[in-house]
This record gives sequence, structure tokens and C-alpha cells, in this order.
Amino acid sequence: MAVSEESQHLLFHSHVAFRTASMPSEVCEVEERKRENIRSLSMCGHVGFESLPDQLVNRSIQQGFCFNILCVGETGIGKSTLINTLFNTNFEEHEASHFCPNVRLRAQTYELQESNVRLKLTIVNTVGFGDQINKEESYQPIVDYIDAQFEAYLQEELKIKRSLFNYHDSRIHVCLYFIAPTGHSLKTLDLLTMKNLDSKVNIIPVIAKADTISSELQKFKIKLMSELVCNGVQIYQFPTDDDTIAKINAAMNEQLPFAVVGSMDEVKVGNKMVKARQYPWGIVQVENENHCDFVKLREMLICTNMEDLQEQTHIRHYELYRRCKLEEMGFTDVGPENKPVSVQETYEAKRHELHGERQRKEEEMKQMFVQRVKEKEAILKEAERELQAKFEHLKRVHQEERLKLEERRRALEEEMIHFSKRKSSCDIFLNQSFMASGSNIKKDKDRKNPNFM
Amino acid sequence: MEPLRRPLSPCSSRPSSPRSPPCETSVSVGIEAVLDQLKIKAMKMGFEFNIMVVGQSGLGKSTMVNTLFKSKVWKSSLPGLATPTPQTLQLHSVTHVIEEKGVKLKLTVTDTPGFGDQINNDKCWDPILGYINEQYERYLQEEILITRQRHIPDTRVHCCVYFVPPTGHCLRPLDIEFLQRLCRTVNVVPVIARADSLTIEEREAFRSRIQEDLRNHCIDVYPQKCFDEDINDRILNSKIRERIPFAVVGADREHLVNGRCVLGRKTKWGIVEVENMAHCEFPLLRDLLIRSHLQDLKDITHNVHYENYRVVRLNESHLLPRGPGWVNLAPASTQQLTTPAPLKVRRRVQEDPKDEF
Repeated sequence: MAVSEESQHLLFHSHVAFRTASMPSEVCEVEERKRENIRSLSMCGHVGFESLPDQLVNRSIQQGFCFNILCVGETGIGKSTLINTLFNTNFEEHEASHFCPNVRLRAQTYELQESNVRLKLTIVNTVGFGDQINKEESYQPIVDYIDAQFEAYLQEELKIKRSLFNYHDSRIHVCLYFIAPTGHSLKTLDLLTMKNLDSKVNIIPVIAKADTISSELQKFKIKLMSELVCNGVQIYQFPTDDDTIAKINAAMNEQLPFAVVGSMDEVKVGNKMVKARQYPWGIVQVENENHCDFVKLREMLICTNMEDLQEQTHIRHYELYRRCKLEEMGFTDVGPENKPVSVQETYEAKRHELHGERQRKEEEMKQMFVQRVKEKEAILKEAERELQAKFEHLKRVHQEERLKLEERRRALEEEMIHFSKRKSSCDIFLNQSFMASGSNIKKDKDRKNPNFM
Repeated sequence: MEPLRRPLSPCSSRPSSPRSPPCETSVSVGIEAVLDQLKIKAMKMGFEFNIMVVGQSGLGKSTMVNTLFKSKVWKSSLPGLATPTPQTLQLHSVTHVIEEKGVKLKLTVTDTPGFGDQINNDKCWDPILGYINEQYERYLQEEILITRQRHIPDTRVHCCVYFVPPTGHCLRPLDIEFLQRLCRTVNVVPVIARADSLTIEEREAFRSRIQEDLRNHCIDVYPQKCFDEDINDRILNSKIRERIPFAVVGADREHLVNGRCVLGRKTKWGIVEVENMAHCEFPLLRDLLIRSHLQDLKDITHNVHYENYRVVRLNESHLLPRGPGWVNLAPASTQQLTTPAPLKVRRRVQEDPKDEF
């Protein structure tokens, strides 16, 4: 009975499955998706989920956005000025000194607000880059800083009780690399630094102080790009997969690296006040596309691709870091016989290993403690024994003295008895002699006396 | 250029920052273009939504799903001779891709035929809990891989709609048991099914009794009070909480009323219009699930329920022997879960330090 019911039941299911053209969840997803694409559902009326992107946007507005920029370039090349100009705000920065012994990174966070969008902007500046006489270790602090941010995020992600949704993301989303406008080629330091950074962060190279080269700009750009390509440096390419922005991004990709000029001073040109740099021979307008690529940089960096930069950082660079780090720690996805090993198992094996080590160390400490206690006990026993010996010795001495004293007392007593005996015999002798030589009266007295005596 | 300056606290953790108030950018820099970027990306990637309907057979679950998404998600199961009631609780999932005005939604609906239909319904919630936890487990396994996918497919149940039969009295023991166990694992939205059998007064009385029952048994249904972020949320959600559970009627046939074509149930004494607020509260349910709180449902599933599951899982994994079942948050233990291979090394390693000395 049960069998037939079950088979009927199965029939019912497969029947239903065939007619609704959908598969139970256990079937692999690819087939499912194909089937979905062919037979997606059509609705007879307005359901209302086109508000979904708006719901998503509202949530993001509530949460706020986060963007971290790293500026790498020599001291005095115009990093702070460019950032000020980009965000149209005077971030408080004082001029950096040229005499730092090594490269330091200084990060500062600002909160910007534009209409209803809140942005937590973090600017990381390299202080002292390119100032040292020996520049071999210049790029290392930068790499270490970027790795430290990834590490912090990884630690938060691996925690058991974590709160990723209100975690302040400090990973660097974009690195603006400032190239000096020599007009010739990339400096060796630049090449070395970029090669070390390109797998860790999105690099956008910019030619700083571009108002010093104007006519040789195009040749310079071509030379720079060819050098980067020759040396295998991967700079950030603006994404061209989405139709709406593919064309403009592709065009911008051709214009890399952007030649920028930064300035917060306003100069009157025509009848407007514009941001510009005033020279005796002319005025370089920052926001004039003929003069420099500043507007393009602002467009690309903020208006069009901020979200993509964040996504690339998370999906590519962070994942790469995470993979390397976990593999370093000994985790693998596939075990020795090509059977999938779950991270869980390796994690636990590690955990037990560390647990065992901790127990061993505890034992060691216990042993040491016991040892020390024993030693102390031995010392104390020794002291006790010495004291005991002394005490015994003293007692013996005391005893001996007492015996001696006893003896002497006895001797003394004997002497006294002896002396008193002699004294009494002497007295008798004296009395007898007195009686013999004395009167009769005395004899009578003495006759009486011997009665008494 | 709005002068709205909200006093925001300075950032706490790295990198260190001087305490600076939010700067207003006077000329538009273009930061708000990031909202458009978000929208474009979201539309390209599409959305996912997984919903589960639970209730006894005959309460109109399939019809309700069809009405919600205005399409034949399920072939409406009219009782027939060829369809026996399932002997055990089976879970049946369907996935569809629907599109509206350029927004693609991958919808997965899980039905639970056979729930509460047996004579002995003890532990009938186990398969459901098992299914929900299995989805969490799947996501967790994907998340802890070394080489992860770009976009982890999200099969976790975002919302569970529980159909309460319209007895008019109060919640039954089965309902209370189920709701208690499930509200800690997933977002639960209870609804009064087939509400066209209750008059308005009966409906209100039933609703208040159910609300009292929920309070007495500490059942926290969606929208949960503790996750209200700010005052606006609280106001909005309180209005919703007053009306939970919604009294709904499902219908997938259209009728002509006053010259308009409406979805409704035709009876001898009139037509029950599904989308008429005076007749039933279906629009409220639809708005809650789809138009206003869909993203919120997903967020709470991801940030709260999934994280809770993860904490329990990672904490317990080294204590319990790995076997065919393991304990989840609800008191009942589930038996139908796939678990990784049992860890054999554990006991031995614990003995080792003692052996060494």
C-alpha cells in the first residue's frame, strides 16, 4: 500500500514539475537558469517591485558611503592641492617637510555631505616619498599599509561575532599615482613602486603640475603608457561592460594618464570667477578641458566609477589578499587526495593544534612552578635543620654547665658539712679543756651541763 | 544645494581623524552620482528573493502566491481525486525570473504541502527548520571557501508567510509552537487566511486576540521592534505592527465590477475584491513584502539571522561530535541536514598534551 501511494505521490510531483516547467531546488543551477531564461514568468498586472533599486538606494543612503584614496607622489608635487580641488573643500593640511628619514603614511578622514548623500572620505598621504637619498625602502611602507587594511577587514570577517554591516571600511579603493612632469619618461622609483602596488590596489596614474608641459604632453603620455605596458604594470581600466557608460569609459581609457592641474585660488576670467592659476603669460583654468584633464579625472573618479572602484577592491584585490593569506596559514580547499577539504576542518585542526600547544605550555608552567616550590622547600628545610642543630648544641652546652654547677654545689655542700663537723668537734674540745682547767663551780655547772649536752 | 547639515560623529576606528564637522561642498562635486551608479549596478545584477509559505492545506497558499506576483507561479491546486494529501511534509521549491520595467527579480517560492495535516503533527516543523538551516549552511560553506565566487548565490529564505486558519478564536497550539521556533531563525509574517469568512468585527477581535497571544508567548514577528533604526522607521513599522496579522484573501480570477476589471472571488452575495482595502488587507501584505520592505527583509536575514546561525555554527563545531544531525537555535534538532565529513582528530588531540608529560 505504502509503495503505491509513494509512487503516486512521485508521479504527482513530476507531473506538476513538467507542467509548471520548474525544477526542485536540488537540480543544478545552470540548467535551472537556462530553463528560467527560456520560460520566465510573465505577469498579468503591476506587481510593484520596480521600486527595488530605490529600496536599495535608500538603504545605502541611510548607511552612508565610504571612499578611501591613497595619494602617492613626491613631496611638493601637488597631492593635497589636487584633493582639495577635487572635492572643492580645503582640507586642513600643512606643508610637509622634505627631511623625513623614511616614508610615512598619514591618513585623515573627513565627512562630506552633498544633498542627501553622506560620504566618509579618507585621504592617505605618503609623507616623505622620494625625499630620501637611498630610496630602496620607499614603497615598502605603502605596501604594508595597504596590507594592514586588508588584514583588518579579514580579521573582522573571520571573527565569530562580527558586525560587517557597520564596519568602517578602511581598505584603499584607489591609488592616485602622481608622476612628475619631466616630459621624458617614468622615474625608476615610480616604476618600482607601481609594480609593487598594482596587484593590491586600483592605480590611476596622473601627471601632476601639468601646466609645465603643454605641447609635449601627448608624446609624454604615449611614452608613459608604453613604458607601463612594457613593464607589465596593471593600471585600473575603467569598466566597459555596461552599455550606458561603456563608450565614455573607453574614450577615457585612451586619455590615461590624466594631466591635471590643481588650484583652489579663484581668478576672474571673463565675468566669472573660476579656479585657476595665474601666470604673467596667461591663466591656466582648472576646469577648462582644453587646458587640463582635471574635469575628466573628477568625472571618472567620482561621478562614474566610484562604485566600480569599491567593487574591484573588494572582489579582486581583497579576495586575492584573502586567498594568499589563508593559503599561507595552511588552509586549502582541496585536500591531499583531491577531496574537497572544508575550511572548517582545517580551521578546527589548527584550533586543536593551538589548543594542544596551549595546554602543553600550561603544563610546562605548572612543572616549573612545582620545581620552584620544591627548591624553596628544600632551602627552607635546610635552614630548619641548621636551626635545629644549633638548638641541640646550645642545649647540650647548657646541660653540661648545669652538671658542672651541680658538682660544684655538691662539693660545696660537702665542704660545709665537713666544716660544721670540725666546728662542732672544736667546740667540744674547747669546752672540755675549759672544764678541766676551770673551778668546781664550773664542774657543777658542767655536771649539770653535760646533762644538757 | 540643500543646507541640511546633520551632526555626524567622527569616525572611530582607523584611520585616525581630527574631529571635523561634515563639510558642505558648495559646488556640486558629483558625489551623489554614486546613487545612480548603484542603481545601474543593481539593475544589471538583478535581485533575488526567496519566500516560503507555510500553512495547512486548503488555506489558499498557492492562490495567495499567484495573487502576489500576478502570475501562475503555481498551477492552482484544486482538490481532485488524483492528488492525495502527502503523508509527510514535503518541501517544494519553484524558481522564476520575473521582470518589471527593467528590474529583474529571481523569485523562489517554497511551499510546504502536508504541514499540519497529519493526525500527529509533532515535530512537523523540523523539515522546515532543516530546510532553512540548510540554506544558511550552503551560504556559509560558500563564504568560507578560499577561492570564493564573485557573487554567492543567495538561497536563504528571506521571509516566511504563515497562514493562520480563520477560526475566529485564537492561535492554536500548533501555530504557537511553530511561530515560537521559527521567529528566531527567519522573518515570519503571519496572515489570517481566507479572511472572507470573517466579518469586519470578527476580524478585528481575532486580530487583537492573536496579537495578545503573540505577546504572551514572546513571539517576535517581522517587523521586529529591535531592528528599527531611527524614528521614521519606528513610526512606519508601528503602523504595520498594529495591523499584523493581515487578513488576506487570494484570488487569481478577474471579474468585472463597475466597469473595472478586478481580481476577486465571486460569491452569490457579492464579489470580494482582493485589492480593495475595505474588503481585505491584501494590498498591505503586498506592499510590505514587495514594495517597501523587500530589501529590509533581505538585510535582516543577512545581517541578523544568518550571523546568528554562523555564530552558533562556528562555536559549536568544536564541541559537538560531527554526526548526521546537529543542534540549531530552535530546541528541536534536525536530522535531514547535509554536514561536512566528521572530524576524527578531535579526541586524540585533547589527550596528547597529557601524554607528552
